[in-house]
Amino acid sequence: MHVLKQHAQSRAAAAFATINVSRRGFMKGASGLALGLYIAPLLGRDGQARAAGQTGEQGEFAPNAFVRVTPDGEVVVIAKHIEMGQGTYTGLATLVAEELDADWASVRVEGAPADTQRYQNLAFGIQGTGGSTSIANSFEQMRQAGAKARAMLVAAAAEHLEVSPDSLSVHQGKVIHQASGRELGFGELAEAAADQPVPDEVTLKSPEQFTLIGKQQLMRQDGPAKTDGSARFTQDVQLDGMLIAVPAHPTRFGSRLTGVDDAETLKVPGVVASVRFSSPTRDGDLVAVLATNTWAAIKGRDALSLEWDDSQAFTMGSEALEADYRERAGQPGDTVTDRGDAAAALDDAAQVIEADYVVPYLAHAAMEPLNCVVDLKDDHCNILNGEQWQTMDQKQVAELLGLAPEQVRIQQLFAGGSFGRRANPVSDYVLEAAAIAKAAREQGQAVPIKMVWTREDDTRGGYYRPFNYHRARLALDADGNLTAWHQRLVGQSIMTGTPMESMMVKDGIDPTSVEGVAELAYGVPSLNVELHTPSDIGVPVQWWRSVGHTHTGFSTESLIDEAAAAAGQDPYQYRRERLGERPRWQGVLDLAAEKAGWSTPLEGGAEGVKRGRGIAVHESFGSYVAQVAEVTVDADGQLKVDRVVCAVDCGLAVNPDMVRAQMEGGIGFALAAALHSELTLDDGQVQQSNFHDFQVLRLNEMPEIEVHILPSAEAPTGVGEPGVPPLAPAVTNAIFAATGQRIRRLPIADQLKG
Amino acid sequence: MTTLTINGQTHEVDAPDDMPLLWAIRDLVGFTGTKYGCGRGLCGACTVHLDGQATRSCITPIAAVGDREITTIEAIGDDPTGARVQKAWRELDVVQCGYCQSGQIMSATALLQGNPEPDDSAIDGAMSGNLCRCATYVRIRAAIHEAATSLGQEVS
Repeated sequence: MHVLKQHAQSRAAAAFATINVSRRGFMKGASGLALGLYIAPLLGRDGQARAAGQTGEQGEFAPNAFVRVTPDGEVVVIAKHIEMGQGTYTGLATLVAEELDADWASVRVEGAPADTQRYQNLAFGIQGTGGSTSIANSFEQMRQAGAKARAMLVAAAAEHLEVSPDSLSVHQGKVIHQASGRELGFGELAEAAADQPVPDEVTLKSPEQFTLIGKQQLMRQDGPAKTDGSARFTQDVQLDGMLIAVPAHPTRFGSRLTGVDDAETLKVPGVVASVRFSSPTRDGDLVAVLATNTWAAIKGRDALSLEWDDSQAFTMGSEALEADYRERAGQPGDTVTDRGDAAAALDDAAQVIEADYVVPYLAHAAMEPLNCVVDLKDDHCNILNGEQWQTMDQKQVAELLGLAPEQVRIQQLFAGGSFGRRANPVSDYVLEAAAIAKAAREQGQAVPIKMVWTREDDTRGGYYRPFNYHRARLALDADGNLTAWHQRLVGQSIMTGTPMESMMVKDGIDPTSVEGVAELAYGVPSLNVELHTPSDIGVPVQWWRSVGHTHTGFSTESLIDEAAAAAGQDPYQYRRERLGERPRWQGVLDLAAEKAGWSTPLEGGAEGVKRGRGIAVHESFGSYVAQVAEVTVDADGQLKVDRVVCAVDCGLAVNPDMVRAQMEGGIGFALAAALHSELTLDDGQVQQSNFHDFQVLRLNEMPEIEVHILPSAEAPTGVGEPGVPPLAPAVTNAIFAATGQRIRRLPIADQLKG
Repeated sequence: MTTLTINGQTHEVDAPDDMPLLWAIRDLVGFTGTKYGCGRGLCGACTVHLDGQATRSCITPIAAVGDREITTIEAIGDDPTGARVQKAWRELDVVQCGYCQSGQIMSATALLQGNPEPDDSAIDGAMSGNLCRCATYVRIRAAIHEAATSLGQEVS
């Protein structure tokens, strides 16, 4: 079963081969999207690509690729990472503004164009956003960029005022000569600063000098535009002559289009044409309907009469799939970790816990359904997109169109959510838009194309969090001590079949399949982890907010809770005692337990109503998060998650309120998956289509949330994803505490209703 | 031709009667702050006001609008309650990706126009039809309370 066409794969591989990769870039402990790629920097760490002190337009000062100062004193920060909700624009601007001593009110952020040399993610070696790396990889780089700009502004002021640079200070966008009381605004200095040499070395502030980093007062850069309707998303792009394109996808992965009748489509007012195009990532041709407005394009697409050949399609149903995975879980798999002698310990155990954990396919279901604007010209192509994966998308599109990568220009707009989906490992939706634009041009429609997927297309479009089946056996001695942990995982590989495969997949093990369990944090003498990676499942899979940790966090934090219960011990203390060599795990665990009042009994409910408290802790992407959930289960089995107390250690918190927001959002996102969300297959067809049957969290289900940030002087790590993994097990452990029922399958749905 | 009054101005749109108001507003008139999320009235991203009533524009055919006044996010700040809601949203940094927030603000404004002091259960009732995948719900609730408080202070 080849969901991805062979040529798409080889094109991707060829594109990738031009990147000078090295294992050195592999960020241990920050896997997931830390792809282990590295390009020897062609530039300084501040990414300067322009001539020293080069002036931008109209007297602007553009000392490097990340900062511009306009003549009227506006500081423009160029963000190499996409703003998809996680607060990156604010975070990156904070770093620059801190070292520049800019006036926050004068700081504005622009998305960077696709330009791998200047704007690569230093954790990846390619330009792209993911793996909760944005602030981590930019922390030094953006401060350098700000500090160098500051030094040049100071040098220009010193020349102008004929004083020594040492006699000058900078405060809120002004260079001040204290002795004489004279001051010059950044705008007044912009032109002169551009003539200054770029300093080789600058001294960055020490943490006690910070006035913005770690402080509370900064409001989001994107707040005003996102509350008055002016924020521009891909869906909002209007270009002269642009047509809306809505493609028709098969209802099964791997189906092949054999017949198109567009007679009814062409009768729809506003429809201009139907365009057949060669699908870059599906099998064979597809057809898209072009119209002057979105409604007409959707109506026209829905009016198509299409014939499909399903002979090569994936036709399994969910029950058969699960039975197949269960069967595999009974067989030895590829060895991931083998420490000690788990088999012997299990033989000698006083108690053995045996449990299977199951999680479903999940769609990302960002509020903005997938879309992409492509404006194809004779000798170049403009893409406007909520662009998360610049280097790879640019190379793939260039290959498709027969252009050089630099002829594919990508403008990065806001994304209406992504949760990983817009960084598609094979560039599926961006390539589809480009393929439609190319075919349209060849068929007489040489106009810009905005490809739009409906919610149904988005839900059924594939690239899901993989279905996973875990089988575990834990050995406990007579005192309840864990002596062995054996866990076998069955799940599709995210990296296999993508350009990342050769870098990431070693000896058949995709690290994103086993992250979070391969190096179990709990001290246990024998640890044995095995993996089955089914390669004959035709459902495309992808990273989904926190990647492998979405399922390993659930199973490991449930299993340790099962062990504590079997040992008759407190689940918080039981964890704590096994994290003796993991102080940062212990730190967040202690903080969450303390703030949740773990040592005091939970207030009971009314008669027949059960309440419980559960705890979980997990590390992902270099950050540590513990959560305590409080739940109520009423007599009918109705579940309410009342409160979640969250403790996070993400190193230095650059914007504490943004860290809190990401924990809140991560908890809500994870709670949707814990309670409701699930994609199922019937005869290969995804059965869910929209928010009525692919349910996500609504406001009335949102618990109270408290977030506590552990003070830290460590370098910052990410917060976009790490709030997700502990939530589901904290909730299901709380359900166990309340009811004695152990939830081993997500979503919880109606499992409590008997 | 259908005449629509949007944000105090009339617009003649040449579209079939069954075109949802959402697409007329976005694609034909050009106010893009109102968002497409589901097309079936399930997510609330498309919420506008029709004579002050929060309405899902994605399932409202233009022929059903009649002479009712349409207000979108672009003009909600002209209403004192809408302006307070926007201010509270900014002060509490509610937004993340922002795509659903036009609809959230339109629903919250309609709620406060009808009920100046909503309790949590009234907020649940009015706002649970507006999805936010970033799950900014804690702050949405807090911002509605904040806007209600500041509106109350203005009146007294």
